[in-house]
Amino acid sequence: MPIEIYLNVAASGLLTGLVYGLMALGLSVIFGVVRVVNFAHGEMMTLAMYLTLMLFSAVKLDPLVLLVPIAAVMFVFGYLLQRGLINPFINRPEHSQFMLLVALALILVNVQLIVFGPDAQGIRTAYSFDSFQLGPLIVDASKVYAAGAALVVAAALFAFFRWTLLGKAIRACADNYDGALVVGLNVKRLYALTFGIGAACVGAAGAMLMAVIDVTPEIGPAYTLLAFVIVITGGLGSMPGALLGGLLIGLTEALGGVLFTPSAKSMFAFGLLVLVLLFRPQGILGRKASG
Amino acid sequence: MKRLVEGVPRRGLAILGALLALLLVFPTFASGYLLSIGFLILYFAYVGQAWNIMMGFAGQLSLGHSLYVGLGAYAAAALYFHFGLSPWLGLGASIGISAAAGAVIGFLAFRFGVAGVYFAILTIAFAEFARIGFDHFAWVHGSSGLFLPVANYAENDLWNLRGSPTMFYYLMLGLTVGAFVLCHVLLRSRMGYYWLAIRESPEAAQALGVNVFRYKMVAVMISAAMTSLAGVVFAFYYNNLFPEQIFHISRSIELILGPIIGGVGTLVGPLVGALLLTGLSAGLHEVMLQLGIDVPGIRQVFYGICLLLVVMFLPDGVWPPLAKKLRLRR
Repeated sequence: MPIEIYLNVAASGLLTGLVYGLMALGLSVIFGVVRVVNFAHGEMMTLAMYLTLMLFSAVKLDPLVLLVPIAAVMFVFGYLLQRGLINPFINRPEHSQFMLLVALALILVNVQLIVFGPDAQGIRTAYSFDSFQLGPLIVDASKVYAAGAALVVAAALFAFFRWTLLGKAIRACADNYDGALVVGLNVKRLYALTFGIGAACVGAAGAMLMAVIDVTPEIGPAYTLLAFVIVITGGLGSMPGALLGGLLIGLTEALGGVLFTPSAKSMFAFGLLVLVLLFRPQGILGRKASG
Repeated sequence: MKRLVEGVPRRGLAILGALLALLLVFPTFASGYLLSIGFLILYFAYVGQAWNIMMGFAGQLSLGHSLYVGLGAYAAAALYFHFGLSPWLGLGASIGISAAAGAVIGFLAFRFGVAGVYFAILTIAFAEFARIGFDHFAWVHGSSGLFLPVANYAENDLWNLRGSPTMFYYLMLGLTVGAFVLCHVLLRSRMGYYWLAIRESPEAAQALGVNVFRYKMVAVMISAAMTSLAGVVFAFYYNNLFPEQIFHISRSIELILGPIIGGVGTLVGPLVGALLLTGLSAGLHEVMLQLGIDVPGIRQVFYGICLLLVVMFLPDGVWPPLAKKLRLRR
């Protein structure tokens, strides 16, 4: 096979990887602050994808425009989830929190199955079949747009945590729970906001992915796992790590798919996870050992 | 024998004896459908017990136990299919392969401080790895599935595990009783106390001189080996194996619901949980059938709601408060 094919596949994998990265960023933010592992992450993403699908058929707007209202809806969903269901579990043992979210994931995926059915559904935009040519590279236009949008959202998030007062308050909760309480921060509300922000990230990622792939309820659990693999590979609690992990996993999957068979592509992501756990258990950009 | 029952409240023994007697005579009056429910209850009680060794005793959360079910099932079934090897010999391979897989996961995780939920994710990753791998494993027919030749149900051939559902019921009952007794013995052994110490505080256990790494490894390997036996029975009971089903994450979740709902870390919890969950789910199925509603996924939603309610309102599971009510706890 000529080298151009590999280059093309790698470019397309990197672009998808950016969207994966945004999805994983949501997980990383939630974990980094609330210390709760969102086991329903992929299921929340498919929820956002179905919302995109419904809105798209109702108003015929571009998914990249729709991502704003979708992210807002998912923010509210995440906020209420943390306020109503998860906050009482903050001081419970880790496995107890985990099982709560496993239960939520189980309900979400199967309610989606009942409501939307098991068939794959997708949308066609005006630019679905367009592509850009850059020297020997030919890349899908929809992937370029999605990756660009992912970068914009991620940059906005970085800026929010770095420069706004609210972002700093959330970081304070993450650094020292007791200290944040002592200085009078409303930690429960900030936790709910954080969960909302994480959900908005995954909602935006879902809307973008809708332009690239089809949705079935079944992919929810698979994407939950993928988000975990990305976050652990990149480094827990590291925001750049989540993006880097997304790029790496996107690349690995794409190359694995073309070198072997596409159906075995996620094996390579798991292989990468095992390698990272073996040689750098704290993740590529993580600071201290996990666990 | 005397040491086995030492310290167990007499009422508890009486209840267990009555339950065992009921389970022994159950096939004489149960219909074919009820018998299959009974088999499922015992199956989930058994795998729940096996999972409980890792999570309930040693405190290691595994969400990938379908890996061991699948490896055990495929090893024995493939040896029978290709070489006509009796599953009683094949289960040696099942146990060996599953324990080795458990050892690899344990080594990777425990050597490098991968604990808690990250350990759980690693176990899922391995199960998924196996699922996709077996999809492309031609020797066991990949994703098109491995089918065992179905024999005449009139004859019970215990050596080759070909026979009636009643035979499988008693086989599963034997395994469940065996696992129950084994866990009871393990919990009272020196190792059992080490496990509890590790579960409560690995640092403190380490400081007291417990070899944390070694005893975690032993817990994973025992749990994996026990789970693989359930896989062998599963394969020969259903006669078909698909990687997409047997290694699927929903199977791992289904398997841990019993002990979680019954009570993690208790001996009776997995039994109670399996009975409640499988019983309720069969009842739900019956009601849906009567009402003429057929919605795929509704059973999973039901499982999810049960799990949600239990983790919210009964964080220790159903059994501990129930035991108190029955005055079985000193």
